[in-house]
Amino acid sequence: MASGIRDKVAILGMGCSKFGERWDCDAEDLIVEAYAEAIDDAGIETTQIDAAWFATAIEEVHVGKSGVPLSVALRLPNIPVTRVENFCASGTEAFRGAVYAVASGAADIALAVGVEKLKDTGYGGLPQRGAGPLNDMIRNNGSAPGGFAQLATAYAEKHGVDMDTVKRAIGSISVKSHANGAKNPKAHLQKEIPLETVLNAPMIAAPLGLFDCCGVSDGSAAAIVTTPEIAASLGKTDRITVKALQLAVSNGQESGHNSWDGSYFLTTRKAAERAYKEAAIEKPREQISMFECHDCFSITEMVTMEDLYISREGEAWRDVLDGFYNADGEVPCQIDGGLKCFGHPIGASGLRMLYEMYNQLLGRAGERQLADPTFGMTHNLGGQPHQNVSSVAIIGREGA
Amino acid sequence: MVGIKAYGGYVPKRRLPRKVILENVSWFNGALKAYSKGERSMCNWDEDALTMAVEASRDCLNKTRPDDIKAIYLASTTLPFTDRQNSGVLGTALNLGQNMMTMDITSSQRAATSGLVNALSVVQGSGGSALFATGEHRRAQTANTNELMYGDGGAALLLGNDDTVAEYVGCGQIAVDFVDHYRGQNADFDYNWEERWVRDEGYMKIVPDAVQAALDNTGLSAGDIDYFIMPGTIRNIGGMVAKRCGMGAEAARDNLHNVMGEAGTSHSLIMLVDCLQDAKPGQTIMVIGWGQGCDALIFKTTDLLTTMANRQGIKGHLAHRKEETNYNKFLAFNNLVEQDGGLRSETDKQTALSTLYRNREMVIGFVGGKCEQCGTVQYPKARICVNPNCGAINTQENHKMAESSATIQSWTADNLTYAPDPPHHFGMVTFEGGGRMMADFTDVDEGGVAVGDEFRLVFRIKAADERRNFNKYFWKAAPKVQTA
Repeated sequence: MASGIRDKVAILGMGCSKFGERWDCDAEDLIVEAYAEAIDDAGIETTQIDAAWFATAIEEVHVGKSGVPLSVALRLPNIPVTRVENFCASGTEAFRGAVYAVASGAADIALAVGVEKLKDTGYGGLPQRGAGPLNDMIRNNGSAPGGFAQLATAYAEKHGVDMDTVKRAIGSISVKSHANGAKNPKAHLQKEIPLETVLNAPMIAAPLGLFDCCGVSDGSAAAIVTTPEIAASLGKTDRITVKALQLAVSNGQESGHNSWDGSYFLTTRKAAERAYKEAAIEKPREQISMFECHDCFSITEMVTMEDLYISREGEAWRDVLDGFYNADGEVPCQIDGGLKCFGHPIGASGLRMLYEMYNQLLGRAGERQLADPTFGMTHNLGGQPHQNVSSVAIIGREGA
Repeated sequence: MVGIKAYGGYVPKRRLPRKVILENVSWFNGALKAYSKGERSMCNWDEDALTMAVEASRDCLNKTRPDDIKAIYLASTTLPFTDRQNSGVLGTALNLGQNMMTMDITSSQRAATSGLVNALSVVQGSGGSALFATGEHRRAQTANTNELMYGDGGAALLLGNDDTVAEYVGCGQIAVDFVDHYRGQNADFDYNWEERWVRDEGYMKIVPDAVQAALDNTGLSAGDIDYFIMPGTIRNIGGMVAKRCGMGAEAARDNLHNVMGEAGTSHSLIMLVDCLQDAKPGQTIMVIGWGQGCDALIFKTTDLLTTMANRQGIKGHLAHRKEETNYNKFLAFNNLVEQDGGLRSETDKQTALSTLYRNREMVIGFVGGKCEQCGTVQYPKARICVNPNCGAINTQENHKMAESSATIQSWTADNLTYAPDPPHHFGMVTFEGGGRMMADFTDVDEGGVAVGDEFRLVFRIKAADERRNFNKYFWKAAPKVQTA
């Protein structure tokens, strides 16, 4: 049995660019913006970094392939730079690469940077691209919201919840995230919205309306990681360590085998189970202080609340309506505003979530600061409900 | 005796009332108001002559795939490919194997009847059976009479030497280069000459000669003909010709102008299928095919005709109807307007032909896999079984899934993705007998889809690669045709 990653790696510094429609920036500008904050936070020089991982997902609309764009943007001293892509979990994958490099002893200090410059396509929403010659022949046509909207019909059917209640619950999720995002100067959308606005918004993919969908924006985030010992030697006394890093990838069961009912994320459940074990967390609903889940769509967040075992199956909608996940609730979710308010520059999102958890754990979250958090969890879900990549990461105070 | 063993028909679900057309075009051509009655059938954006021929053939074969089919014929003047055998695609879609002759027959409104005469004679001579299919999707300029007269549809016949529902008695054929209309190579539309001339010098003179030839060849007399099938957009032309030929106007079958319009080459066989759905055993039917001459075929129904009751035929599809009141949609579906598809429509739709060939059964035939070890049906077929409790390697046999009923597990109506008829409906469907797929839906109405609905699969255009003139075909889920 693997011993896991718990407390083997500490976060030395993090940075995050302003997210939004950054008409003034290329991807390289965003990278430097996030990195400058991270290196300053870490208190080291670029020359001290041994290896780097670079996440971009739809590279063909901005930087292109390989690790070269990161190395060039940061003038890295010819160190190993690996480009990773794993749908919406790409940012977390870069973090995982850097963390594992440090844990293995291959690197003392490693860098993870994620970036996506999505707003150069000429239209709103995610860029539409082919999926390969055979997939393009047999896969359905459909947008990302169309794929995730499937969850809503299947969830309502399975749990006998009427669609109006589902709409109200997922609408409340967006209202909550906007309330949080309004307090975040780095968020793309910094405006509170009333539930009526959500419920009356134009339909994007039934039953998901405009405000059930996260924004699409440009952004970058970065993390510098090292061992707790090196962090201590560099003068870091208040150390945040990695407790768990898990990834679960669909193998075709959901899309091809009738055992899956379409109402939940098989992968997220597996990743969460492994992550809690790795982090030695037994009662997530009580022990997780806060989390950032992949709220690409409001329904994704609601279903994920169950798949992360915070809400009981079929009851997340009740928790949502009870305010359980609000900033003043038991387990605040998307305290930074989430994808809903940050938008989703794919390669950056996982690292942006970690950035908020890290700052909350260090008591640096300003107006959004929660009282004395111990564990912060992040979650990414890339692809479609029936075929996806799911990541779960938990960070916390060293020794917790 | 050679004849028809089974029949099938297809008419697209959408019907465009002629008054809707006139509301939009009569400002320009007031004379068209004379044609305000009834409605015409119209293809959905993802239908063409080939997809309609596939559907008519499926109706004809009624979920069976006879193993003695030695030939597939496809007659149409609007086939999607000029140089890629369309009947070959039809055969692949139907999973009829490859040890057979396939042939496209085209270039005349008479293609279907002339082809049928030929096919019957081949079947008679060489035994086995043959599938004879037709589909027609003609386009017409806006404000042209043809826009009102034409309709879209298809028909299919299984031909053989035994167990026929209608025996082939014989025919008469006249070949004469009478050009009432033509469509030049690479032209989009037909060019027509004056109707009165076509009637008096064409129909009224040429058809009777063919009818007489058929009667002479078969030893029958005009009075023996119970049903006279003659397409033609000139009002009551069938009745006039029947009378001229001594049959009595009542023998002339309704040309379906009121309910679907005229589907070109396919229309003779569409009317034949419609007639067979009304006919009783022992009746004699004459079918006219017109176009640079005339074919007159004679069939006599047998006692087995009553076994065809479970086909939808033309009547079932005519009853499966949705009125389309948006003329602009008709124009857009027929590529008659310059429409902005938006930036999302600009994705490259190139087809890798080598990939398509390698996976032709999977893509065109909708063949999945069935694990020999655990029995799990899956799509796509893969090397390793998808059943999490199995995982056997190289155990999957081909499993034909196109005729399996599909139940909706989840769905959405997507306004964001590019689709020619938004919102685009799609969802997870599970198949009777196993397997599932996230499938595009077609022929659905907004608000008309629910979890648990049972759909059927239909062969449709998935995407049109306009840059390279190539249609990508695949299977979609659609509401079942209600039993006639």
